[in-house]
Order: sequence, then structure tokens, then C-alpha cells
Amino acid sequence: MPSADPNTMTSDVALVTAIRSGDQGAMTPLYDRYSSIVYSVALRVLQDSGAAEDVLQDIFMQIWRNPAAFDASRGNMAAWLAVIARNRAIDTLRRRRPENDIEDVVVSVEHDLASEADRSRTMDKVRGALQAMPATQRSALEMAYFEGLTHSEIAGKTGEPLGTIKTRIRAGLLALRKVLAT
Amino acid sequence: MSVHEQFAEDLALYALGSLDGAQRHALEKHLDGCAPCRRELELLRGDLSLLALTTAGLKPPARARQRLMSAVADEPRLPVAVPAPERQQRSWWTALGWPALRWASTCALVLVGIGLLWQNSTLQQHLASLRAQFTDQGTKLEQANEVVATLLDPDAQKIELVAAGNKPQPRGKAIYQRRNRNLIFFASNLPALPAEKIYELWLFPANGGAPIAAGLFKPDARGSATVVNPPLPEGVEAKNFAVTLEPESGSHESPRGTPVIVGVGE
Repeated sequence: MPSADPNTMTSDVALVTAIRSGDQGAMTPLYDRYSSIVYSVALRVLQDSGAAEDVLQDIFMQIWRNPAAFDASRGNMAAWLAVIARNRAIDTLRRRRPENDIEDVVVSVEHDLASEADRSRTMDKVRGALQAMPATQRSALEMAYFEGLTHSEIAGKTGEPLGTIKTRIRAGLLALRKVLAT
Repeated sequence: MSVHEQFAEDLALYALGSLDGAQRHALEKHLDGCAPCRRELELLRGDLSLLALTTAGLKPPARARQRLMSAVADEPRLPVAVPAPERQQRSWWTALGWPALRWASTCALVLVGIGLLWQNSTLQQHLASLRAQFTDQGTKLEQANEVVATLLDPDAQKIELVAAGNKPQPRGKAIYQRRNRNLIFFASNLPALPAEKIYELWLFPANGGAPIAAGLFKPDARGSATVVNPPLPEGVEAKNFAVTLEPESGSHESPRGTPVIVGVGE
């Protein structure tokens, strides 16, 4: 994994350590740093600002109650929160109970996302990769990820064979990884 | 690192949370023992996090921050305990109290241990007794099953012994248990049925009420028949039983035909 900004990474770890010791004040900088990620993802999925705020509140309260759920050795916080926010928003969308505990979610990103500048550079690449994809592939990926549709539901909606949808989703994700690796 | 190809597409669906049922179960089982596939799952989640991060940039309303901080303040948490460093100087309590307390604790633990051993021994004895009872009940049940199976086996030979020189007469034996409405009836040496006729068993209540139909039956070639637990009303005390010859559809409400055998009571 490329080297992260040691100061920022230490800062995340230090904040989580402070939260573990019961320091309420440490929640503020953590929220200021990552609330935009959680809220944006939730809003994109739910298309409802009130519901997105509820997801935001829920996720940060989980961190307050169980800060040990974030293990810095198993992934960086921005990516981890993005995945958790998406999953929780999909659970809300489908009106189902959360399927995974947050500590069970391990995320591995080969890119440095520790600072806002790092994230911005990476996102430019990802958006470029999405634009370069065939429309059908991008659409399948976005329906699966942001609308929470299963591959069967996407196949039903698009009239495409189930196997084609499965292949497109996986190929789309690998294409993102490949572009970022260059 | 190599991912098992048969799980490659399912891994992506699993990372998306859209794999259900047997496929999900099979993949989770596989993941338990496959480090390369677990690693690939982490990478796929990483790929998905990048997709999520493309949405970033919107700030939540200011009230959301205030709401969170109020909720955090309402849920104060005790810090996680960390081991304290050992002190250089030991207090009088450390010097005297703790060893005494440790000694007392050790004694208490020993006593509790002895108590548990005694309790364990008692429980073992009780368990052995229950096992013996269980074995005994099992043996009795097996014997009872063998008796019933023999009595009810249509292939079992049923031979009536009568005084030498006498022709065997039709006979029947009804064993009735009013409490549980159990009735077992055996008949032997019954004459062969005429055309469109059938035998019917009747229970005559002790209170003088109307006879109760207790089952239609046809004897085998040797004139033997069995009726086991026909449907009967609850709590009827029997005065007698009888078998009549009835039309094939049976009489049901009251005997119409000729009595073939009638109980003599005990």
C-alpha cells in the first residue's frame, strides 16, 4: 500500500484512541473530517436529506459506542466509513435490519485517501474511469451500488441475462482498480 | 494470490450485499477457509469505497453536528481500563491486607471446589440412576412392542385349544380400558361371512344406554379377526360386548343382525 500521510493517519488513530478513553471532544474533529463522506454517500443512495442525516447520526453514534470497531491496520477510515455509510443507507432504503456489524467490515484500498487532497486526486481518476466505461457497465454498477438492486432485479429491469449482469458488475469494479493502479 | 474463479463473481455480489440464500451460505463457508478470497473481498470493498467516494463533497446541515454532539453528551462513556503501573512502595494494606485477602480467597475457592466436586458426584449418581431407569423402561417397552406385534400380526398362527373331540366354537375377547378409551378385541373361529355381510362389534354401556358401534371387521380365512382402538365416546363404562352379523355398510346406530358371540362378563 502506498504510504499515507503519517500525520493524518496518526491523527485518525489518535482520535479513535481518545474516543476509546471516553473523550467526547475527540468526536468533533472526527465528525468534521468525515461527516461529508458519510452524508454524501447516504444522500446519493436515499435521495432524502432527513434520512441521510439519520444515517450520519447512526454511524457516528456507533463509532462513539464502539470505537474499537475501526481497526486502522485493516483499512483507512475514509474508505471504511464510505462502505459503512453505503451499506447502512441501503439497509434503510430496503427497510431491513443492518446486515453487518461495523466491525466486520474490512476494506482494503491501495490508494492513499488520508487527506482531502489525496481523496480529490483519486476521485478524479475514479470519475474518469467511470466515464470511460461502457454505459451498460456503468449503469449496472451504479444500480447495484447506489440503488441497492440485486443482480436479479437489474436483469429484470434491463432485460439482460443474469450472468451478463454479474459479469458486468465484477468487470466494472476490476476496471476501477486497474485504472487506479496505473 | 489466486482467487477461486468459481467464486469470483459471487464475491463482487457479496461485497455489494446482494448475495442471498444458498449462494451466500456457500461463499461464507468458503471464505472461512480461503485467505486469497478474503483478501479479494477486502479489495472489492475497497473498489466499492472508491465508487462511494465519488459522491463526496456535500456538507451535512449544521444542525446534524449539534444533534450528534448532544447525543454523545447524553451517552457519557467510561474510559477503557488500562493496567496501572506497579508502585515502588507498598502500603500496610498491600503488605498485610492483600496476602490475607488472597489466602482467604484461596480458601474460599478450595471450599467452593470441594462443594462442586460433591455436587458433581451427586449429579453423576443421579445420572447413572436415570440411565438405569431409562434402560429398564426401554427393555419393557421393547417387550410390550413384541407382544403387541405378535398379537396383531395377521401372519401369526392363532390356534384355539378346546376340549378334545369338541368342534371349535366362535370366541371373542375384548380388553377395554375406559379411562383411555382403549379397546382391543380378538375373535377366532368365526364363520365365513355370507355375501354382502360384515361383522360388527358393539359396546353395551353399563348405564343401560343404547349400544355403541365399536368397529366393523372381516375375519381371515381361519375365522380370526382383531379390532384395535375403534373411536369411542369418552368415559363409557361397559357392561358387555357383542358381535353381530350386519349388512356390509354396518348398522352403526343399533344392532340389527343376529348376535354371533356375546360377552359373558367377568
